[in-house]
Amino acid sequence: MVSLDESKILKKVPRHVLMEAYGVGVAREEERAGTFFHVDQSTLYSSVNELFKGKIELMDIREALQRYEWLSDYMWNAIQKSSDFFTKKVAEDLSGGYFLRILPGAEVLFPLQSCLMITQEGMEQRIHNIIIAEENSKAHLITSCLQHSAVRKATHIGVTEVYVKRGAYLNSTMVHQWGDETVVRPRSASIIEEDGTFVSNYICLRPVMDVQMYPVAYCRGKGSKVIFNSILYGHRGSFIDAGSKAVLDGSESRAEMISRAVTREGSKIIVRGSIEGNGRECRGHLECKGLILDDESFIQSIPELIARSKSVEITHEAAIGRISEKEILYLMTRKLSKEQATSLIVRGFMDASIMGLPEALTAEISRIIEIATKS
Amino acid sequence: MEVKNLRVELEDRLILEDVSFGLRSSEIHVLFGPNGSGKTSLISAIAGLPGYRIVSGRIIFMGEDITGKSVEERARLGIGVGFQTPPEVTGVKLVDLLKLCLGKGSEDEFSAEEIRLIEHFRLQGFLNREVNVGFSGGERKRAEILQLLFLKPKVMLLDEPDSGVDVESLKIIAGEIQRYIESSGASALVVTHKGDILDYIKAKYGCVLLNGKLYCFMNPKRVYEDIKREGYEGCIKCQMKGEEKW
Repeated sequence: MVSLDESKILKKVPRHVLMEAYGVGVAREEERAGTFFHVDQSTLYSSVNELFKGKIELMDIREALQRYEWLSDYMWNAIQKSSDFFTKKVAEDLSGGYFLRILPGAEVLFPLQSCLMITQEGMEQRIHNIIIAEENSKAHLITSCLQHSAVRKATHIGVTEVYVKRGAYLNSTMVHQWGDETVVRPRSASIIEEDGTFVSNYICLRPVMDVQMYPVAYCRGKGSKVIFNSILYGHRGSFIDAGSKAVLDGSESRAEMISRAVTREGSKIIVRGSIEGNGRECRGHLECKGLILDDESFIQSIPELIARSKSVEITHEAAIGRISEKEILYLMTRKLSKEQATSLIVRGFMDASIMGLPEALTAEISRIIEIATKS
Repeated sequence: MEVKNLRVELEDRLILEDVSFGLRSSEIHVLFGPNGSGKTSLISAIAGLPGYRIVSGRIIFMGEDITGKSVEERARLGIGVGFQTPPEVTGVKLVDLLKLCLGKGSEDEFSAEEIRLIEHFRLQGFLNREVNVGFSGGERKRAEILQLLFLKPKVMLLDEPDSGVDVESLKIIAGEIQRYIESSGASALVVTHKGDILDYIKAKYGCVLLNGKLYCFMNPKRVYEDIKREGYEGCIKCQMKGEEKW
């Protein structure tokens, strides 16, 4: 049965689009503080839950640029237009994107959601998003980027600029679901002010031809903090080059990076991580764990630690290995088949609880992981 | 279960020369033997763990020859193994493994009786922890035996369920094993070094594994007393074979 809220969104978003989005982190509107849908080249839907009116603004980026003159100061500020071939493309010809602003002091208890989908074969989607978490605000955002199951081949280029103001907390989780023939180039950067915290989670569980991303966080303010977490499942010949970089300029600023990478079926994953300690008393820690399940696959971990002050402390730990035969056999004495035992361990390895999400959202992500590893 | 003239190699080394015994419904047998005598190998070979090559002999279970079956098939048929040192399984929560042992889905709830057992085993605080990760010896053993009870096996192969376990844990573990054997009609083969466990379980036979062969087959408490008095040296001198009694 269609709920009242669904009938509202269904006037704008085709049913087949909505149904596919539901499997990738998109929930019914009433469970979210705000909902944004961008399909192919246009924004189809943007709505703020009644409970959170006056606390957040969520709209199409072009509409926002017309409405707020000051927004142009934020556009191409954290990222330069000329950074690379892909940012230039977005600057030249924009498909759209969202503008999300969490107003000062607002505590948004429900997660916000945005969905960026490709439904046309061979399309190149060019997105530009801007997120501003105003002073002392707190919010969770889940962004689902996917292609419709009827699409084989596409290109997604997404620029996202994030501004976390003084004392604000923003937790942003991105779930990707692309295809074996799709190329993906996210280009993200964030600027974090004094005592602000930005948590950036990235989840890629479906086969994808080629993803390359290297989001940068500039911890400018004193006591600012960034946390990058990623769960990467490379299978069916996927290539994932996913890194993150933290530039710790503010004194006592912090960075944490945790990644879990699993490769099988001839897939390649490169996990890069760079922490640059420039400010006084800044701290960073980088952790990469990898599981390689066959001889056709590949994992590379490239940690980079840079210090420019004697008060800086940055550490890293990395481990890549296979599943121990002993654990598999142990589970097989518990009536599990070898395949069931392997997928149970793989699923446990890709632990959603590393992402610092509220319990309900952790459960949602765990379910997505469970489905992806079972199929 | 019937084990007939089992000869087993591990890494091209002969571990078990000629082992025969039978386990009937509701019986518990206790297996003694010095370190390295092949007790763990015997359990591993019956459970079907890889590496233990059965050169000759047969394992008959519920009338079926299972000598060539896989670990998983044997588990499904009702052979339950309690490991001496169960491995840490990173990423898998005890609660999920217990539900799998019960054949339940992750969304299913435990029954009142299952909750009673979890609490009796003092494991309620461990449900959301990764299996055996950071568990003490006693906690590990309690978790191991609880999994076995939830699997409801027809035969329990228990490798030193009493080692590294405090008296309280031993009472819980052995008491519940005895209760399960009585109520289900299953049987158990218990490997041990110590006699303490004999105070809590009603074992029918005790025997000694020496040089890849089984000896003795008597009242388990008497076997244990003899070993305490004479050592395994005494067993070697005596070497009373008597599997026909089984």
